[in-house]
Amino acid sequence: MTRNLLIAIPLLPLIAALIAGLAGRRIGRAASAGVTILAVGVSCALSLEVVRQLFFAGAPAVDISVYTWLISDGIRFQVGFLVDRLTGLMMAVVTFVSFCVHVYTIGYMRDDDGFQRFFSYISLFTFSMLMLVMSNNFMQLFFGWEAVGVVSYLLIGFWYTRPSAIHANLKAFVVNRIGDFGFVLGIAGVVYFTHSLDYADAFALAPAIAGAQLPLGADTVVPALTLICICLFVGAMGKSAQVPLHVWLPDSMEGPTPISALIHAATMVTAGIFMVARMSPLFEYSDAALSVVLVIGATTALFMGFLGIVQNDIKRVIAYSTLSQLGYMTVALGASAYSAAIFHLMTHAFFKALLFLAAGSVIIAMHHEQDMRRMGGLAKYMPITAVTCWIGALALIGTPFFSGFFSKDALIEAVGESQRAGSTYAYWCVLAGTFVTALYTFRLLFMTFHGEERFHGHGGTPHESPWVVTLPLVALAIPSIVIGWLTIGPLLFGGAFGGSIFVLEANDVVGELGHEYHGPLGFVLHGLKGAPTWLALAGVLTAWYLYMKDTTLPGRIAARFAGLYRVLVNKYYFDWCNERIIAPFVRLVGRIFWKGGDQLLIDGVLVNGTARLIDWTAAKGRRIQTGYLYTYAFWMVIGLAALLGWFLIRG
Amino acid sequence: MQFGILSALVWLPIAGGVAVLALGDRRIVAGRWVALLVALATLALSLPLLAGFDRGTAEFQFVEHLPWLPAFNSWYHLGVDGISLPLIVLSAFMTVPVVIAGWSVISVRPAQYYAAFLIMEGLMIGVFAAIDGLLFYFFWEAMLIPMFLIIGVWGGPRRVYATIKFFLYTFLGSVLMLVALIYLYVQGGDYSLRALQDLPLTLGEQRWIFLAFLAAFAVKVPMVPVHTWLPDAHVEAPTGGSVILAAILLKMGGYGFLRFSLPIAPDASRELDWLMILLSLVAIVYISLIALVQTDMKKLVAYSSVAHMGFVTLGSFIAWDIAQSTGAYSGAAMGLDGAMVQMVSHGLISGALFLCVGVMYDRVHSREIAAYGGVINTMPKFAGFMVLFAFANAGVPGTSGFVGEFLVIIASYKANFWYALLTATMLITGAAYTLWLIKRVLYGPVANEQVAKMPDLNVRELLVLGMLAVSVLLLGIWPAPLLDIMHSSIHHLVEQMTTSKLPL
Repeated sequence: MTRNLLIAIPLLPLIAALIAGLAGRRIGRAASAGVTILAVGVSCALSLEVVRQLFFAGAPAVDISVYTWLISDGIRFQVGFLVDRLTGLMMAVVTFVSFCVHVYTIGYMRDDDGFQRFFSYISLFTFSMLMLVMSNNFMQLFFGWEAVGVVSYLLIGFWYTRPSAIHANLKAFVVNRIGDFGFVLGIAGVVYFTHSLDYADAFALAPAIAGAQLPLGADTVVPALTLICICLFVGAMGKSAQVPLHVWLPDSMEGPTPISALIHAATMVTAGIFMVARMSPLFEYSDAALSVVLVIGATTALFMGFLGIVQNDIKRVIAYSTLSQLGYMTVALGASAYSAAIFHLMTHAFFKALLFLAAGSVIIAMHHEQDMRRMGGLAKYMPITAVTCWIGALALIGTPFFSGFFSKDALIEAVGESQRAGSTYAYWCVLAGTFVTALYTFRLLFMTFHGEERFHGHGGTPHESPWVVTLPLVALAIPSIVIGWLTIGPLLFGGAFGGSIFVLEANDVVGELGHEYHGPLGFVLHGLKGAPTWLALAGVLTAWYLYMKDTTLPGRIAARFAGLYRVLVNKYYFDWCNERIIAPFVRLVGRIFWKGGDQLLIDGVLVNGTARLIDWTAAKGRRIQTGYLYTYAFWMVIGLAALLGWFLIRG
Repeated sequence: MQFGILSALVWLPIAGGVAVLALGDRRIVAGRWVALLVALATLALSLPLLAGFDRGTAEFQFVEHLPWLPAFNSWYHLGVDGISLPLIVLSAFMTVPVVIAGWSVISVRPAQYYAAFLIMEGLMIGVFAAIDGLLFYFFWEAMLIPMFLIIGVWGGPRRVYATIKFFLYTFLGSVLMLVALIYLYVQGGDYSLRALQDLPLTLGEQRWIFLAFLAAFAVKVPMVPVHTWLPDAHVEAPTGGSVILAAILLKMGGYGFLRFSLPIAPDASRELDWLMILLSLVAIVYISLIALVQTDMKKLVAYSSVAHMGFVTLGSFIAWDIAQSTGAYSGAAMGLDGAMVQMVSHGLISGALFLCVGVMYDRVHSREIAAYGGVINTMPKFAGFMVLFAFANAGVPGTSGFVGEFLVIIASYKANFWYALLTATMLITGAAYTLWLIKRVLYGPVANEQVAKMPDLNVRELLVLGMLAVSVLLLGIWPAPLLDIMHSSIHHLVEQMTTSKLPL
């Protein structure tokens, strides 16, 4: 891998984004789409070449510095790339999904006035995401981290006249900033102990930091590495939407569907997962931090899945599914099964992007109707969309032989092997989650593609989308089926990540599984006997009974368990709490500070009070100057007496 | 020694101002061009300063040393080091957009308007270039006059209240600084900056001197609780006045701490650092929350300025806590680097934001957030710029706003975890108040008929916002050259402030 090759990969999408963004009106729609697709396509091809060199030609990892951003106090802040197998895999996933989404966008955004702007943003996103995954230091990681957040903000608010969209993008950015607040403290902690921002230095010193303590008060100290890792993980919780910082992701569906697929399913939201895997040399030395990761992930995996069952907006169902699946990946991280997390990240990127794009295809056919209660029976009108969506769904629920089966099964087994505090809770959560996943996924399939047609009044019969839409569906459907079978061996058990993921001997749950691994077919046969597969089947059957057989039953259940149903429909009251309690409270405090502190206390009492005091003194003082000689004489005598007295006492 | 480039930088704009004044309102077309040319020429003159500056030394360069008030041993003594150079260039740079921004907007006494800004520019550069205490004081006070006039003549309806408040605050602080300077002169018999810095002082003396300087500098920064003049002054000032006020005037407070307080009274600084840190943290947390609930765009940006300047004072005064926590002064330089970068960056960003508010004010004549909504529909180009500056204000990496904040947060972590925690809340609050402003003003459907009639940026405005956007991005993408200029002087300053003046 040459330096220029690595620089070209992120730079091409950036240049294309600038062209489409700044000159989009002048060069027109076709040229804007063309230049960005070309750039991302080349970038994808180059990334695949990097993957080839790293995984197949045995090229060593490279760690290069591109330029020095600044030097302060002897610490070099730089822009540079660390490209090892973990990075290479992420680059390939990011550019491939991005490329598919670029092509798809031609069809999806065909009639939109912001066509060029949209292409500029998604190319800019690709650049930012590549900078994030390719970084070799914390500064650039933070740059990419925030840059993807900015582009996500711009894209959620792409239709900026919609009140819901501009509410959602502000919310997304601010909630992510809460995560970044933790993240930046984690980075500062790393610098505090290592005097460097480079991964290499931090990783090398991790065992030393593990023994260190950080003083938090006169006589309180905390284990330094645990604090650092938890702070970093708070950042991951924001970006990868873990409870309680998950609230922004469902609302982000206000953005156009292609970016829901690219940013809010396949790539950006997995940045937190990637980051923790990248930081495995740090996290490995803190069991406490990993337990936190485990519990947060498990909670997200199960409880966000429940919410998917009661949603009627097709995109929101997939959004809650994404939250739940991100929880699965987080659980794997917490169990030290980093490679399983990244494996699931990869398979999920394909099938979840596929599901979103298929949903988008449905939305096009339904003239931007997203409510599944007004769909149904679409399979016969749009066969390609239906078949590819089925493939995505089967992969998502973990059907044997599909990609999701391999990654989810390995992940659940790894959690089962873990001895870490919280792992029992996590295991039950992810196991129960397989039933929930199958239930909401097949509810979506049945309500959308099968059963009674409920879309009357949309004008005309729905029809299949154009090839620019269906082609990316097919392109994503293929890896959604085969990628798990093909890569489980090398990625999980063949040590393909090499040194890029670090696991302590005692924590190596994936290694434990590896002892019983005898090829993908054996893995499938073993999986058929396991609980997750049967739970998923039960979920499918339940969905079939509820949404195909006895369609009045869901309503009766909801009425029977009204209290529980209300909790789910209100999404556990997180939004209510944020919008009705926390935000008004912060504004109230601001207003108290402003009116009470600045205006009343400082300006009213101190400033104008001083002025009034001077005024008062002057008014009193004026009385002394009566203009009568005798008053002056009187005061003169008094003054002389006082002076004399003073000298006498002193003398 | 002869007059040199620094004198040219000080006196060329002042002479230009006098020339514009002489041309008068009737020949204002010529006057405007003269003003622009002078501003550009001054900026051009600052370039050889940058090019010829020797980064390897902390000594003053381009020194001019001529007799001024021999009776008081006070000299016309100019020079730059790595601390003053960036601020001089910033002053020269920011005057250009101010002149262009006023082009067709100012109709009342335009000649005097341009003259005031040009004279102001010369005096500001004088403040940063003076390395004689009395000369510094002269520029410092002289500068108040044009600013006073700018708010008082071209200001809004409550301009009299605002100008008097502004004047009283800054003047009262400055008088105490003069007392301190005279005391130092009486002790050492010399006004030269290096002599003042090297003067041995007892802790008691240092305390009084520190507090006297604090009165002058805290008002300028401004620090809580002497900040309330700033929102009032900004609200009443014309756009150009706000830009210069936010971009340059506030920096004089931060500059004063680095130039006078820390090196002249290092032991008192050390003793009172808790006060400075406390007030800085209050500025960052308390003022940010106040910024959140503002309904007037200019007040919001003004409060945001106070909060951002909290990073400057925090970065300047954490050295001793770092030494206590880590046993060494490593990290102190990063705090000071962060403070300096934050000053330059805030100059660009706050200036840009005030210009953005000005662009909208020129069209709708309201500063109220509620008067706008959906501006992006009618002014897409403008919206692009304003969103960029908003992200810069929120400290997003890739913009200059990130650099200083990041450095100060990292440095303050070395001093105390809790400092870093409180400082980092700015990531949340800064994004909240800035982007909420953007949401209410730019996004949404067109709010009313006045917004519907807003024309997008004209060439003049495009030029002004464009040059600021380029600088904000450039500094964000590659800040190394700026840090490089400051390096030697910052290290010298760390040495000065960490070397006790007290007998052992």
